[in-house]
Amino acid sequence: MSSIGTGYDLSASTFSPDGRVFQVEYAMKAVENSSTAIGIRCKDGVVFGVEKLILSKLYEQGSNKRIFNIDRHVGMAVAGLLADARSLSEVSREEASNFRSNYGHDIPLKHLADRVGMYVHAYTLYSAVRPFGCSFILGSYDEDDGPQLYMVDPSGISYGYWGCAIGKAKQAAKTEIEKLQVDERKTCRELVKEVAKIIYIVHDEVKDKAFELELSWVGEVTKGRHELVPKDIKEEAEKYAKVRNRSSGDSHNKSSLQHGLLSYFCPDRNPWRRRMTLMRITCKQCCKPLFCHFTDCVPCFRHPGNSQLYCRQ
Amino acid sequence: MSEELFPEPEWLSEEVKTGTTIIAVTFDGGVVLGSDSRVSAGEAVVNRVMNKLSPLHDKIYCALSGSAADAQTIAEIVNYQLDVHSIEVEDDPLVCSAATLVKNISYKYKEELSAHLIVAGWDKKKGGQVYATLSGLLTSQPFAIGGSGSFYINGFVDAEYRKNMTKRECQEFVVNALTLAMGRDGSSGGVAYVVTIDKDGAEEKCVLGNELPKFFDQ
Repeated sequence: MSSIGTGYDLSASTFSPDGRVFQVEYAMKAVENSSTAIGIRCKDGVVFGVEKLILSKLYEQGSNKRIFNIDRHVGMAVAGLLADARSLSEVSREEASNFRSNYGHDIPLKHLADRVGMYVHAYTLYSAVRPFGCSFILGSYDEDDGPQLYMVDPSGISYGYWGCAIGKAKQAAKTEIEKLQVDERKTCRELVKEVAKIIYIVHDEVKDKAFELELSWVGEVTKGRHELVPKDIKEEAEKYAKVRNRSSGDSHNKSSLQHGLLSYFCPDRNPWRRRMTLMRITCKQCCKPLFCHFTDCVPCFRHPGNSQLYCRQ
Repeated sequence: MSEELFPEPEWLSEEVKTGTTIIAVTFDGGVVLGSDSRVSAGEAVVNRVMNKLSPLHDKIYCALSGSAADAQTIAEIVNYQLDVHSIEVEDDPLVCSAATLVKNISYKYKEELSAHLIVAGWDKKKGGQVYATLSGLLTSQPFAIGGSGSFYINGFVDAEYRKNMTKRECQEFVVNALTLAMGRDGSSGGVAYVVTIDKDGAEEKCVLGNELPKFFDQ
């Protein structure tokens, strides 16, 4: 990956000739390397689910949490560099706490997302610091404003969502979330099972072995407080998820494939002579369509020696 | 000018206080604020028509008492802070935000300042609310009175206040209370200013001296 943005990607204070800030894009790549986190909003609350990969059997269960409590009523699920995410969760906590101290009431989630987004954006302006390598999803529930969900990415923009996913399987997760058609009709209790199911579906059993599912929610069911889902409800949700996953995954060894858009730049192409032609290829294994941004490079460089085309996330 | 022939009047060196009567009352759907209009410096009346009800935002007002300069400055600062805040959160501010901002200033500088502001207004979450912020405390109350004239009407308001009054009844209650206080307190007088705030906005009214209700006075 050495010829991408050569010379214009060394600091966040430099634009490339085609108007991109490469450091911010590389930061987003860092997020895509981490495991998936999703957040879904329903009629009476918000549910978070995180696929927490276990890298060593020696880890204590429940360590390195990726869901944080920002204020009583706000929760944050992160993807990307965990140390950056922890630092941002401290920043968010301070923002929420200062707001309460100055104005006497809970911080509205949009305002918190804007403030933390501004802080993240500040680190994309200077060459002396690097951008934060994490995205995070903020969710809260309020009696008057209802449930809310916002996502902030390393560029500092925040978006409001009904459902969003970040991390390596975000495309697959987004497809699953869209299938759910979540809107006013579901309640938190039903949604917990669906979130667990989605995490189990997008988890890649070949590449990543063991994982721990982290689930948390905030809504009417918790009276507006953000909490980890109680153990019994979590176990029920995991059971549901495993059953569902097993039944739908056998058709074509699904666990070894993840579907999604290929939109990275082939490392062997000279960026000045890039021709962006959208080429439609289908994956030989599952016949799902793939897109390649180059006319004549091999789309799947994960399997260069293999003549078969696989889709990858 | 020789000091012996024309000694400097005492009121020039006295602090200008709004020895005052201020009152704020909630009714079903909003609040009514009232104040007198006398500003005194010692024994002299420096301004007899001052409006002590100052706006903090479209639907949030505060009533000033204590030192005139301190109270006005706090009101101006909080007005500015609320403007910025309402633009940042893209919504009208809550009354409790305004009251907390006033309380933060009153408490932080309580040694230097001597002002008591009553903050009252309407917001869409909790409707009409009244907050007292004497010396840096913050409490929400159904009604609040303040200023030197308020001591004379404590019994009256306690006896006459009822929950869920209509707008008219509330306005009459406020004007009666002000009149009684102005009748007995030397530092309160002039005209009565009344501001009514509900979901449609704020309405200011000035009740002149001869229009005030008449109570037993020989």
